[in-house]
Amino acid sequence: MSNLSTREAGRVPDRRVSEAPPSLWRQAIQQLSKNKMAMAGFIFVIFMLVACFIGPLFSPYADGKVNILIKHQPPSAKHWLGTDHLGRDVLTRLLQAGRISLTVGLASMALSMTIGTVLGIISGYYRGIVDQLIMRIADLLFTIPGIPILFIMGFLMSEWKVPTDYRLYLVMVMLSLIGWPGVARLVRSQMLTLREREYMQAADVLGLSDRRKLFHHLLPNVFPLLIVIGTLGIGGAILAESALSFFGLGVMPPTPSWGNMIDAANNLIDFEKRPWLWIPPGLAIFATVIAINVFGDGLRDVLDPKKQTSR
Amino acid sequence: MNPLIEINHLSTHFHTGSGTVKAVDDVSFRIHPGETVCIVGESGCGKSITAMSIMGLVEGPHGKVVNGSIQFDGKDLLRISKEELRRIRGNDISIIFQEPMSSLNPVITIGKQIMEPLMIHQRLSKKQAYARALELIELVGIPRAEQIAESYPHQLSGGMLQRIMIAIAISCEPKLLIADEPTTALDVTIQAQVLETLRQSKEQSNMSIMLITHDLGVVAEMADYVIVMYAGKIVEEGEVTELFERPKHPYTQGLLRSKPIIGQRTEELFSIPGQVPNPLELTESCYFHDRCDSCMDICRTRQPELKQVSASQRAACWLYEEEAQHE
Repeated sequence: MSNLSTREAGRVPDRRVSEAPPSLWRQAIQQLSKNKMAMAGFIFVIFMLVACFIGPLFSPYADGKVNILIKHQPPSAKHWLGTDHLGRDVLTRLLQAGRISLTVGLASMALSMTIGTVLGIISGYYRGIVDQLIMRIADLLFTIPGIPILFIMGFLMSEWKVPTDYRLYLVMVMLSLIGWPGVARLVRSQMLTLREREYMQAADVLGLSDRRKLFHHLLPNVFPLLIVIGTLGIGGAILAESALSFFGLGVMPPTPSWGNMIDAANNLIDFEKRPWLWIPPGLAIFATVIAINVFGDGLRDVLDPKKQTSR
Repeated sequence: MNPLIEINHLSTHFHTGSGTVKAVDDVSFRIHPGETVCIVGESGCGKSITAMSIMGLVEGPHGKVVNGSIQFDGKDLLRISKEELRRIRGNDISIIFQEPMSSLNPVITIGKQIMEPLMIHQRLSKKQAYARALELIELVGIPRAEQIAESYPHQLSGGMLQRIMIAIAISCEPKLLIADEPTTALDVTIQAQVLETLRQSKEQSNMSIMLITHDLGVVAEMADYVIVMYAGKIVEEGEVTELFERPKHPYTQGLLRSKPIIGQRTEELFSIPGQVPNPLELTESCYFHDRCDSCMDICRTRQPELKQVSASQRAACWLYEEEAQHE
């Protein structure tokens, strides 16, 4: 026993010399891996991504050929989730739709995060007239509820006969347009406290340029926050896209998306007699968004310093 | 010898809801190349604000440098453009703050933070800057430089961080280093190490140091020239040995008496009676008069000027003014 303890004691300083202390990120990842719910969410999201992006490659129905002869078939060994009103395989379409929905979610989130972060940093750091201008625009976008704006923009797209291929990208832009004010406000509020920190004064007296201060010193300080709201934002964007497509104002058929697949529930016969048409996309939206939110919550727990109680 | 920096009639005021606070009131001094000047005084006497004014850090809606000039390298720091000031900061003049823990960005590695001014001011490449950063870490007496460079601030102790701050401050070999109470937040053993680091780096590059402190022990150890401030004004200044041996101003005398002397047994340590006056209520008078043992009538109504009282000493006190009048 005593032998062991002396050996241990001798080893402790050694280890300190040889091993760099774990970085903040590694600590966070370690903590996160202990949160079972968050990990389950994370694994499910990864599973969805893999299934949607790789799955259709293995499907014999990936070309989406219309075959009226086999329309409205219930699930069978040949078509696991049945076929739709044009005889297309629902499972394949579901995965292809997932591609679109997840891409729209990720891309519009990335876009709104970028816009929101840059504007938030600028308005929080410089204050004054720039801040007023940016924040009043954000307020303006806040005063109008999101869904009506999206509807109006969706109608406009239909009115101007935007080609189906472009609609997808326009939907992303629309979603980020209503998404950035929230991000900008959060980032700005963080900036207001961060800019007063002593290390920012220290950066000031080192003669760093504004650009350097903003994007090298302040931005890394809001990264944890950005990751959390970004993750939660994906879920929101997927939901918004689905709602829009459900009403026929977002992604237009034949391009599949989870939202426009549920559109089948709009039809009483489909709703009552052919649940395989609308239950799978509904479940996909539900499960994906829940998984993303659970994962985002777990991330918040490890990354948000204000919530950290014990280390 | 030409002074490195010459501060003339510097006044920095803060406008608050209940009146104007003259945090720095008509302060003039100069620092020669290679000289260490200590600014001493109790909390709130304007030491730090003087340093902040030099660095151009007094800003915002309330504080303002209302008068004076700061001549550095033929330029008036108070009147140059922001861009010019940016080039001087961190390169020719750098500053160390009191709190090392909060003066480093918590999410950037130590190495990157040392490299930054090198890459900006000295235009070093990333590789060169990294090599120089490792050198600097070792120069300030921290072993295992490579590992330290990869660490984040929260992984180091206060003493180490303060030495990192020194490393950053001296990285571009500034002509003037302002150290605003660099040892106050550290414990005594570390204090000595940090001061030693400062002294060594000073000897290596012949830079000047403006050391702000309220610790007379630090002054005795580091200073060539001492400036004593009280309520925003300089009350006495002089060469360190002379000022310590023959303090003229009653405030300086009080300060020196309130320091414990090793080998001398006293019942209770001397302290100057009273409080620092409320800066809002100052009227034309010697600001020290109500705490002064040798207060006279004139002290209550008129402000003494800083006058030469001996070969190398200047003091602002009516005691010496009268002596001068008698002669």
